[in-house]
Amino acid sequence: MKEGIRKATRHVNQNEGLIFEKSSAGKAAWKLPPLDVPEIDTSKLLGSSARKDLGNMPEVSEIEIIRHFTRLSTWNYAIDLGMYPLGSCTMKYNPRVNEAVARVEGIANGHPYQPEKISQGAMRILKTLSECLIEITGMDAITLQPAAGAHGEMTGLLMVRAYHQSQGNARKKILIPDSAHGTNPATAAMVNYAVENLKSDSRGMVDIAALEAQMGEDVAALMLTNPNTLGVFEQDIHKIADILHAKGGLLYMDGANMNALVGKVRPGDFGVDVMHLNLHKTFSTPHGGGGPGSGPVAIKKILEPFLPAPVVVTKADGTLGFEYNRPQSVGRVRAFYGNFGMFVRALAYIQANGPDGLRQTTEDAVLNANYIRKGLEGAYDLPYSTATMHEVVFSDKLQAKKGVRTMDIAKRLIDYGFHPYTTAFPLIVPGALMIEPTESESKEEMDLFIDAMKSIADEVEEDPQTVLDAPHSTRVSRLDETSAARKPVLRWKPAV
Amino acid sequence: MRYLPKSPADREAMLKSIGLGSVDELFAPIPAEYRLSRDLKVPRQMAESEIVDYFRERSRENGEGYTSFLGAGAYSHYRPVIIDSLISRGEFLTAYTPYQAEISQGTLQSIFEFQTMICELTGMEVANASMYDGSTAAAEAVMMAVRLTGRRSVVVARSLHPEYREVLATYATHQGMPLSVAGFGDDGRVNLKELEKSITTETACVLIQSPNFFGTIEDVAAIAEVAHKRGAMLVVSIAEAVSLGIVEPPRQADVIAMEAQSFGVPLGFGGPYCGVIATREKYVRQMPGRLVGQTVDKQGRRGFVLTLATREQHIRREKATSNICTNQALVALMVNIFMTVYGKVGLKELAGQNLAKAAYAASQFAKHGNVLFAGAPRFNEFVVQTSEDPHIINARLLGQRIVGGLPLKKFYPELGNAALWCCTELTTRNSIDTAVRLVADSDGSAPSTKEEARAEEVAR
Repeated sequence: MKEGIRKATRHVNQNEGLIFEKSSAGKAAWKLPPLDVPEIDTSKLLGSSARKDLGNMPEVSEIEIIRHFTRLSTWNYAIDLGMYPLGSCTMKYNPRVNEAVARVEGIANGHPYQPEKISQGAMRILKTLSECLIEITGMDAITLQPAAGAHGEMTGLLMVRAYHQSQGNARKKILIPDSAHGTNPATAAMVNYAVENLKSDSRGMVDIAALEAQMGEDVAALMLTNPNTLGVFEQDIHKIADILHAKGGLLYMDGANMNALVGKVRPGDFGVDVMHLNLHKTFSTPHGGGGPGSGPVAIKKILEPFLPAPVVVTKADGTLGFEYNRPQSVGRVRAFYGNFGMFVRALAYIQANGPDGLRQTTEDAVLNANYIRKGLEGAYDLPYSTATMHEVVFSDKLQAKKGVRTMDIAKRLIDYGFHPYTTAFPLIVPGALMIEPTESESKEEMDLFIDAMKSIADEVEEDPQTVLDAPHSTRVSRLDETSAARKPVLRWKPAV
Repeated sequence: MRYLPKSPADREAMLKSIGLGSVDELFAPIPAEYRLSRDLKVPRQMAESEIVDYFRERSRENGEGYTSFLGAGAYSHYRPVIIDSLISRGEFLTAYTPYQAEISQGTLQSIFEFQTMICELTGMEVANASMYDGSTAAAEAVMMAVRLTGRRSVVVARSLHPEYREVLATYATHQGMPLSVAGFGDDGRVNLKELEKSITTETACVLIQSPNFFGTIEDVAAIAEVAHKRGAMLVVSIAEAVSLGIVEPPRQADVIAMEAQSFGVPLGFGGPYCGVIATREKYVRQMPGRLVGQTVDKQGRRGFVLTLATREQHIRREKATSNICTNQALVALMVNIFMTVYGKVGLKELAGQNLAKAAYAASQFAKHGNVLFAGAPRFNEFVVQTSEDPHIINARLLGQRIVGGLPLKKFYPELGNAALWCCTELTTRNSIDTAVRLVADSDGSAPSTKEEARAEEVAR
C-alpha cells in the first residue's frame, strides 16, 4: 500500500460467537407485567395444539444482547463509515431526521385497519408523497403499494398486461436490453411474458435498428433503464418511445437510476408510460443490510384504471379515504398499503431538500461520477467513452493481463478502507467495475478513493499476488463460497 | 443543502479538473427539449424542526393515544427498547446487502441466527433471510409448491387472511394457476369434507393459515393428511408469530409462510413488515429469497456468506425462482433481536399472557353477544357476533378513544354483524371491561354516531 493513503488504520475488534453459544438456562432479558386476568390452563384451552417446548431458543441477558449485536455491527462496512460506491445500488446518506419522524407515536403505531376518521395523518402522508413523486417523474398517477423495486416491476407489468388485455390482446413478450438488471427478465417471467433480449450498440445504448426490427404487434413493452446500467443516458429516448408507441407497445422505465434525473428531466416528458422508483435509492431510505425497500409505480393516465386497490381519494367532505371499488384493478400486490414507514422517510427527504436541494443533489451525483471517471481514466480501461451520468463503468482489461480480475481489485479496495464497487455487472462489460459515488461524497473522500484505485493499479503491475490474496486486513479472509453452496449449512445446530 | 458535503469552490475545482465550464454541460446528453427549466413543484426546503413538526401534526391526526382491539394480520405487542438502540447503529442501518462477505459478517451472522431461530420456532429445517411480508410470502410459497409438484392448481382456505387471498389471486392470474376455495365449518376450522372434495390430482398445494384469520387454531395434522393423500403439498401461513410461543407449530406442513411483524416490528400503518419462508431441506433449491450459509475462510475460521445464489434473479434472470432482490433485512434484524430477548422461556410466557387475555375477553363478550367458533381452540383473536351493526358499536367506542374489533361484513358477509377482536399482552383488563360494557350498551349511540358509522362502513 502506498504511503499517504490516509483512509483506514487497522484496529482491534471483538470476537463474538453465535448467540446460541452464550445461552444458558435461567438467564433472561425480559420481564412481563403481572397478569391482570385469571390464569389459564393451557392444556385445557389448547388441547393437543399446546406446544411442549421451544427447542434451542436462546436464554441470555440484556447486556449480552447489546454486546452481541454491537460487536457484530462493528464487522460491517456502512455508508456512515465511508464511501460505498456500489454501482446501481445508490448508497447515499440516510438522514437521521427520517428515522426520528418515522418513530413518532401515531406514525409508528398506527394500525392499518383503524377507522379512516383517525387515519387522516397517514393518508395525508400517502397523498402528499404521491403528489411529489408524480411531479418529480412527470407522470399522471401512482401506487405506493409495491414493497421493493422488483415488486414494483411486477406491478407495472401487470398494469401493462391489463391495459393490453383491455385493448383486446395481452401480447406475448417484453423487450429487455442486454444491459438490464436481472430483476427485469425475472419479473417478465412472473407475469408470464416471454423475454426477448435487445442488444446494445457501440455507444452502450439501445440499438435503434435492432429495436425497429424486433418491435412488433406482439411486444407488450420495452423495459428500459435510463440512464442505463452503464450510467449512459439513452439519447434516442424519443425515437425509442416513438417506435414502441407506433406499434401499440408501452415504454416501461426501470427507475433504479432516477437519482441521475430528479429536478433535471422528467421521464413522463420523454415518453415513458410506466415506471417504478426505488425509495431506498433515490429517496434516501436506508438499505438496512438488504431492505426494506419500497417500489412505487408511476403511470400515465391510460393505465390509471388498472392501479392496485385501494387508492387514496379526497371525499366530498374534504377528508381523505381509501377507494376499494376499482373494477379494472390488477388487484392487490401486498396486504395493507405498502411499506408505509419508507413513505414517511422519503417525504421527509423531499422536504429537507425542496426543489433546489433535489436539483443540486442530482447535479452533485453526476459531477461526482464524472470526477471519478476523469481521475481513473488511464489507470483502468473505459469500455464505453459515451458521456457519464451518475455512475461510471470501467473494465479489468488492463489488470486481467496480470491475472487480476475485477473481484480481486474490489477485495483489495477493502484494505484501503472502502467498500467495493459493483463487480461483474452490467453483463455487457466483461470484468466490469461499476462505480457510483452518489452526491454524498466530498471531494476529499473521492480523492482518497481515486488514490486508492490508482495505487491498486500500480500494485497489479508490481505485485499482483498482494491483490489476488486480498483482503488482508479483515477479520476473515476470502470465504469458501463453493463449499458453502455444495454442502449448505443454513442454521446452527447444537453439538451432539 | 445540508446533506451535500461540497462547497461552491469544491464544485468549481472539480468541474475544472474534468474540463467543463458549467454543471449544465454534464447534462448535455439529455436532449434539450426534455430538460426541465423550472423548479419542481414540491414543498420548499424545510428546516429539520419544521419537518419534525409536520410529522408530529400528522401523528396527532392518526389515532395517537387510542386503545385498540385490532389485530387481523397486524398486532400490537410491546417492543423492547434495545431493538431500536441496536438497529439504529449505522453499521446495520446504512449497509447494503452483504455481497462482500469479508466486511459484512455482522449482517451475515445475524441473518444466520435469524434463520436458525425461525427453524426452531416453526419446526422446519431451513428458513430464508426474509420476504416482503406475510401476504407475498404466502404467494411465493404457493409458487414454490407449483414448481416442486409440477401441478398447477391451488386450494385456498377461506379462513386465510382475505388480503393474503387477494395477493395470491394477483400473483396467480397470469401463471395459469387456478384457485379454488375451501370454506370453514361451525368451529371456524377448514371444512375437511369440503377440502377433500376440492383437492384433485392437479392440486399443487393447499394453503391455510393457523391460527387462522378468526384466531382459530387449525387441525393441521388432519389437513396435512387430506392434502398429502392426494399428493398435494401443505403450505401454512402464520400471521401471528407470537402464537408460536405456546401453539404447536404446523410441523406437518411442507412450507411455512410467515409474517413476523409480531416479533418487535411496529404496526407502522401496515409496513414495513417481515415475511419469511421456511421449509424442508430437500426443497431448499426451489426456495425464493436470500439464504445465508456457514463456511470457512482460507485460514479455516468460521464465517458466513450468501449462498445458493443460482436460484436468484441476478444469476438466473428469467429462470430464477423469484424476482425478489431487496428483502426486509433491517426488519428481520428487529425480529431477530426480539426473539433473542424473549428466547426459550419468555416467548412462552408472552404467548401465555396473550392467550389468557383473549380467553378472559371472549368469556366477557360471551355474556352479551355470541362468540363464534367455540368448538375449536383459539389464540389471541375471536369473533363476536352482535345484534347491532359493529360499525355503530365501533363509532360509540371511538368516542371513548377505543378502537373496537374489525367489522367482518366486507370480508365475510355470511357472518352477519360480526367483528374480529384481538387482545395481546398490552390489553388491560380494565380496557376489556370498558369495551365489553360499551358493546352491550346498544342504547348509548347518538343518531349522529350512526351516520358516521355508515360512512365508515361504505369506506371499508
